Order: sequence, then structure tokens, then C-alpha cells
Amino acid sequence: MTVTPLGIPRRMLEFTVDGAPVRAPEGSTILDACRAAGKDIPTLCQGDTLRPKNACRVCVVEVEGSRTLVPACSRTAEPGMVVRTGTERARHSRKIVLELLASSADLSTTPGAAEWIKEYEAKPDRFGPDAARVNEEPRIDNELYVRDYAKCILCYKCVDACGEQWQNTFAISVAGRGFDARIAVEHDAPLPDSACVYCGNCVEVCPTGALAPKTEYDMRAAGTWDESRQTETSTVCAYCGVGCTLTLHVQDNEIVKVTSPHDNPVTHGNLCIKGRFGYQHVQNRG
Amino acid sequence: MDLHFGDGKPTDEERAAVDALLGPPESSWEGADRSDADLRWARGGRAARDRRDLLLPGLHALNDRVGWISEGGLGYLCRRLTVPPAEAYGVATFYAMFSVRPRPATVLHVCTDLACTAAGAGDLCAGLEERAGSGVSVERSPCLGLCERAPAALAVRAGDPVRTAVAAPATVDEAVRAADAPDSAPEEPPAVLAVPQAGQDGLLLLGRVGVVDPASLDDYRAHGGYTALRRAFELGPAGVIREVTDSGLAGRGGAAFPTGRKWQATASRPDHPHYLVCNADESEPGTFKDRVLMEGDPYALVEAMTIAGYATGAHKGYLYLRGEYPRALRRMEHAIAQARARGLLGDDVLGQGYAFDIEIRRGAGAYICGEETALFNSIEGYRGEPRSKPPFPVEKGLFGRPTAENNVETLVNVLPILTMGAPAYAAVGTERSTGPKLFCVSGSVERPGVYELPFGATLGELLRLAGVRPGLRAVLLGGAAGSFVRPDELDVPLTFEGTREAGATLGSGVVMAFDASVPLPRLLLRIAGFFREESCGQCVPCRVGTVRQEEALRRIAERTGAAAADDIALLREVGRAMRDASICGLGQTAWNAVESVIDRLGAYT
Ligand code: SF4
Ligand code: SF4
Ligand code: SF4
Ligand code: FES
Ligand code: FES
Repeated sequence: MTVTPLGIPRRMLEFTVDGAPVRAPEGSTILDACRAAGKDIPTLCQGDTLRPKNACRVCVVEVEGSRTLVPACSRTAEPGMVVRTGTERARHSRKIVLELLASSADLSTTPGAAEWIKEYEAKPDRFGPDAARVNEEPRIDNELYVRDYAKCILCYKCVDACGEQWQNTFAISVAGRGFDARIAVEHDAPLPDSACVYCGNCVEVCPTGALAPKTEYDMRAAGTWDESRQTETSTVCAYCGVGCTLTLHVQDNEIVKVTSPHDNPVTHGNLCIKGRFGYQHVQNRG
Repeated sequence: MDLHFGDGKPTDEERAAVDALLGPPESSWEGADRSDADLRWARGGRAARDRRDLLLPGLHALNDRVGWISEGGLGYLCRRLTVPPAEAYGVATFYAMFSVRPRPATVLHVCTDLACTAAGAGDLCAGLEERAGSGVSVERSPCLGLCERAPAALAVRAGDPVRTAVAAPATVDEAVRAADAPDSAPEEPPAVLAVPQAGQDGLLLLGRVGVVDPASLDDYRAHGGYTALRRAFELGPAGVIREVTDSGLAGRGGAAFPTGRKWQATASRPDHPHYLVCNADESEPGTFKDRVLMEGDPYALVEAMTIAGYATGAHKGYLYLRGEYPRALRRMEHAIAQARARGLLGDDVLGQGYAFDIEIRRGAGAYICGEETALFNSIEGYRGEPRSKPPFPVEKGLFGRPTAENNVETLVNVLPILTMGAPAYAAVGTERSTGPKLFCVSGSVERPGVYELPFGATLGELLRLAGVRPGLRAVLLGGAAGSFVRPDELDVPLTFEGTREAGATLGSGVVMAFDASVPLPRLLLRIAGFFREESCGQCVPCRVGTVRQEEALRRIAERTGAAAADDIALLREVGRAMRDASICGLGQTAWNAVESVIDRLGAYT
């Protein structure tokens, strides 16, 4: 059972989305309101447990009176706002952003990407075979998770999850600038030499699979990763008294990954190294 | 926060450089010898974290002393400031003037931007790479703000103190001499040589350049200095804001926002402290007017900042000065110290009971830090990435407080506004663009330099004044973020509204003339390369779009007509998304110049 805290009641405000009036609690983002009104807007850098960095720009919408398009994920709705989500202008930007992303990074493990590319008729190939890509070799320098930055879209979620928004470890940040910007630990060292505590909360929030548990990474490489054959079971972590909720992802009677529900008021999806990675003893059938 | 510091140890020099900035460490937690007290208490926590804004000065201290930033040096700085090393590494790698890899103690920055390339920077670089010894690293640099003396080179030699020398116009010999012996390199010519109108009557902004001794506060006062501040104290903060509002002064940094309104919005915020920030990170290629003002009339800026601080209720002003301006830095440091010694800054300015002081922050080579919110992040010790707006700086600016940010030229306009009075000032220029405007003219002209004209003069008049050479092919108006205009469009009036109607912009006041000898596709490639290098990398349309733009321009550089049509269509589509969906002005304007060359100059057809 998931307990959803009710919070303090908030005033409602009214504005229009695509010509229809919508009501949303004060403080909602345009995205919240649109989703509540049943409108689908693609998002990549937005996360349900983090303040969005609004860096990917796939969620842009038109707001009357604004010179540029507006990121729906982070702009708070104001009374009387006139928002249009599906205009040619907004769709054009989303399409180009998808093309720019897919032509520079590997989106093969990004949920939603393939569908959006189809829906927006994006053609990432049209920049030609010589278009610059983020060419990075996967970094496999520890037994717990793999960093495959060729898949990274620089959404900053891992930085925020590791830093001030959740973990307070500050082991990773963005280094460099422009197209050369990369997620890195201090002096771009291997993970075991860094401040990383292997909580895996960055892995939890990564929207592209650039950060993946080693188990998942190995199984994908071997071609055995198959989500349709996986079951999810919720249980409580037995390591310490915090009692975090764990979701065990099990395939063929083996735990292949551990996550935690994002709407859980104790963890908000976060775990520590033990809860997330310390499950080998369960399947030690020796 | 649970910080982890690596094993790297600072060298004695690195430790000394950091301690010179922060004072000696107190406890073994931050690198001192272990004492009994260390067993009982742990340093760190809030008080130390509040010093995060010293990160950028700390990085400068290391880079200045040894020429690059080592793991041990960075680790020690992080300990002292309780900054996570990963974040400090992210900050250090953001700036072009820092290196996290070993390099020679002397770095020679050679400008390869528009004016310098037109003046032979290519040959200069080739010659230097051949001649420079192993103790010098030659690095290609975007515009050094010395365009009137192109081609330009800046030598920086690490040590205690750091030494700098400028060679402009540079020959291979002179640049090598500057790098080999920065101490004995010839003096730079006085700032006034960049002001062809010097000595003329009626100059409101440049009038003192070349007339006063920039080192002498008395000389400044003898030439009308500090009358504006006295008037400000007579009027009171609200009165100053009223004058500035009535004068119609609009920001000169490119956005042309009404200064009075900005000040009013800051002054009326209930939360305190308020901050004043002067944006002197003049990095737009082709712009050098702020440098000339700071080098030629530094006290004017000190006075203007004091007035702005007084009007907006700030007691602290930050002067964010671009890292490539060593002489402007020295002049401003001197002027601020003198003003402080004479009671014109400090606890009781002019005995009026108003406390105000100015702190200089040195940039480190990042065009994006001229964006107002990126500048706040840079001062605060974060990566110079723009913040998304709203909230606007007048509500939540520097350190999350109400902040008025103005550039140098805007602030200096406040002096004539107060001395002449708003009506007389507003009578200069046109109805909607009031006052005088500075233009930085360079390229194919006989007398490059900073020109002051009342708003409303035409582009042709300005170019005639500067002695435009025959065979004019195109004029870049407003800098890399501006647009090109044709030789038959020279009657466009230089006002905010006039350039807007003509589909151009005044931007930062750049006017670069190109004759037929300069191939436009090459210019465009340089502009595209500039944006690619200077993008902060935060948002996708800009981070990847600037790369795709440069790639397409490279493909069509040699082609025209049908062969280029596909790539031009692609440029248009990408450019439109960059303009619409980028977070900040850099990405939003990166396609302006390219578009203008395609549409107005008809290149590639
Ligand atoms: S590694 Fe993942 S979470 Fe981190 S920035 Fe890249 S895509 Fe985002
Ligand atoms: S995940 Fe970590 S913190 Fe949570 S209950 Fe398990 S051991 Fe404790
Ligand atoms: S537009 Fe460019 S410079 Fe501005 S935030 Fe985006 S990536 Fe950074
Ligand atoms: S989801 Fe809104 S900008 Fe990325
Ligand atoms: S100094 Fe070289 S172009 Fe400005």
C-alpha cells in the first residue's frame, strides 16, 4: 500500500489550455495542469521527484505574450494564462530537439523516445553521417553500476539527485562546456576513487539508461534483458530501521534490479547501497 | 553534507596561493596541522559553506600562481571552502582561462576573432606556433576586446604576482617578446587612442577619456567628478530613480530595458539585502567600449555604481570584470582603493551616512557570463549557466536577493543625467531612444575606435566619421548576436526602434565593416564556431544546435544555389528552434547573423 500525503489545501487558479478552461491548484506547473487535463506532452529532463532543470526543452509550449516558447515542466501556471500545447511552432521545436538529441546521443534505452520520434516525424539522420556524436566508451569500473555516457542527454537529474535535492553527497557534476560538457566526478576519476557512496539514486532517476545497474547492463549486452518477463514485488528492506520500501524486479526467479516507488513518502524512490544493491544473499542458493 | 577529498596534496606554492586569499587555515579539517582542539570540534557547516562565492577567486589564485589547477591544489581549496571537489572541478572546467592539466607557466592568448582575422591573425598564429619556445603555450582566443588595434595577443605568466602583457597590433616579434618578458614589454598605448573624437566638445560619456589622469582622484574631481553623487544625495533615492526614469535611459547591454523601472523594481522589494551588479564582462566580439571607459575614466564607474547602489538600496556592489582585461582591472582596483581611502566608498560615503562598497570579481573566459543570471552563478561560485526566468533578478538575483544589474555604459550614463537633469538629457537623441550611444567601430575603416553619437545618427554617418574604406561589402551590426546589413542600407538610423524596424539590432553597439576582400562564408564559420564554443551546454537546442549549424555552414562554405539549398533549409529549421526554445539569449540569437547573410546579403544563392 502506498500512502499519499494530502498536504495543505491550496487555492485553485484558472487559465486556458488549448482554448479550454482548466483549474489547477496554485503552484502547479503548466505540465501538471496539462496532464491533469489529459494532455500528453513529452518530457525527458523532468522527473517526478526532482525540481526540473528544464534543460532538454522537449516539453515547450506556447504561452500568449511570451517571446519565446516556455518549458511546461517548470513554469508555474498563472491565473489567466493562455497556453497552447500543440501549435505548429511548439511541435516544430520539439521535433528539432528530438532530432538534435537522437543525432548526438544513443536513445536506444530511453523510454518514450522512439514513440515521440515517430509522432513528431523527427529525422535524426538528416544531419548526415558526419554529424558530431557523444562518443564515449561505457565506463565499467565497479561491480554495481555502469556509466554509459554515450546515452547521456545531460538532463542534470543525476547531479541533482546526488547533490542538494536528495543524497547530499555531491559526487557528480557537469564538467566542461557546450557540446563537450559531460557528467563527471572530481577530476574525471574512476568511480571507486570518487566521493560516490553507491546509493544508486542517480541510476534511479536517469531517464536514458546512461546510468544502469551492472546486472541490467550485462543482461542487455548478453541479450537476456526482457522486461516483459519481469515481475515487480514490493517489500520492506530488512537491513536497518528506516524500513525503506523496495521494489524487486525479478526475471526467471532472479532479482535483476531493485528500485523504490517514487510516491513512497519514506523513500521518494531513494535507497542506500544496501537496499539497492545488497541482494545477492537472497539468491545465494549454493 | 559528507565531503570526500582525494589523496592529492597541494604543493607549497598552491597552499600559499590559497592562503593568501583566505588567510591561514585554522584547523586540520581544512588543512592546518592537527591541534588538540581538532579532536573536539569539526569545522565546516553553514558558516564555511557561505564562503562558496570565493571559489572563483580561489581558482584564479591557483591558476595565477602556477598556471594551471592541479588535483591537490583544487582539493585544498575545496577543503578550505567546504565545496565538494566534483562541483569545483565542474566550475574549473567551465572557464577557458583555467586548465586542469599541466601547461607551461606562460600562456599567450592570440585573438582569432573577426577583426583580428581580417587583420592577419591567421599568419600571426602560424608564426607564433613556429617561434614560441617550450615555456609558452599559444592558445587561440575569442575577441580580446582590442579590436581597434587588431590583431591582438595577451600574454599571461603565472607567478607571484601574475604578470601580463598585451601586444596589439601584434607582430610575431612583439607577441613573442610579450610572452618571453611580460615585465619589460612596451606599455600599452593610452586608452584615449581608442577614441578618435577625443578633445571634441559635447561628449557626455567619453569627454574625460584622455583629459583626466585615470590614476588621480583629484584630477577626476577637478573635471566634474562626484558632482553627480552630490546631486544624488540631494535628491534622495526616490528622486534619483525619478530622474533616471524621466531621462528615458534604456539599458545599453542589448535588451534596452528601461533602467529607471529596473531600479524602481529592485528598490521596492521588501527583502534585504539588495545588491548592485555592474556587468563589465564585455565579451561580445567586436566590443571594447567598456574597456576604454574603465581604462580611461575609472572613477566615473565608481561614482556611477555608488549612485546606482544608493538609489536601489544596495550596500554592496559587485563589479564583474572580464578576465581578459588586465589593465582595466588594475585601473579599477586602484580607483576603488583610492575612493575607499578618501571616504567615497565605505561606511559613510561623503559623510552622508550611506554605506557602500565595491568588490571586483574577475571573470575567467566565458562569454556566457555576460548573461545576467549566468553572471550571478559565476559570482556565487557555480558554473556560469544561465538560470531560467522568471524569477527575474529584481526579485531573486545575486544570492537569491533583489539585484539591479547594469552594464558599464548604462551606469556611466547616469552621471550626465544627474548633472544635466533629466529633461536636458532626454533632449539628446530621439524621442524613444534618448541620450548618447557608444559604438565600437572596427574592420575596414581608417579610424577604428569607440565613437559617441546621439541616438538617431545613421549608420552611414558613423561609418563616414570612422573613414570607411572603399569597397564596403557588409556591416555587422550588434556583434555576433546581431546581424549583417548591406552597403545600400546605410541610412538606417541608429536607434533601438530604427534598427528594429530594419530587422536588425543595436545589440552592444558593434559596427564592424567588411570590404570585398573578406569572404563572407569564412566570417560566418567563425561566428558559428564562436557560438559552439561559448554555449554553456545546458539546453539541447543550443548545445547541439550550434554544432549542427557550424557543420552545415562548413558543408556549404564552398557551395551555392541548389547544392546548398538542403543545408539552408536545415539551418532555417534548426535556427528557428534555437530561437524559440533555448533557455537564454545566447542560443536564441546564435542564428541571427547567419540568417541575415542568407536573407539580406543573398550569400549562397
Ligand atoms: S547520466 Fe542520466 S541522469 Fe545523468 S545527466 Fe545523463 S541522462 Fe541525465
Ligand atoms: S535502503 Fe538503506 S536506509 Fe533504507 S532501510 Fe535499507 S539499509 Fe536502511
Ligand atoms: S541557450 Fe546556450 S548558453 Fe543559454 S542556457 Fe542554453 S545552452 Fe546555455
Ligand atoms: S522536460 Fe521540460 S525542459 Fe525537459
Ligand atoms: S580583439 Fe580580436 S577581434 Fe576583437
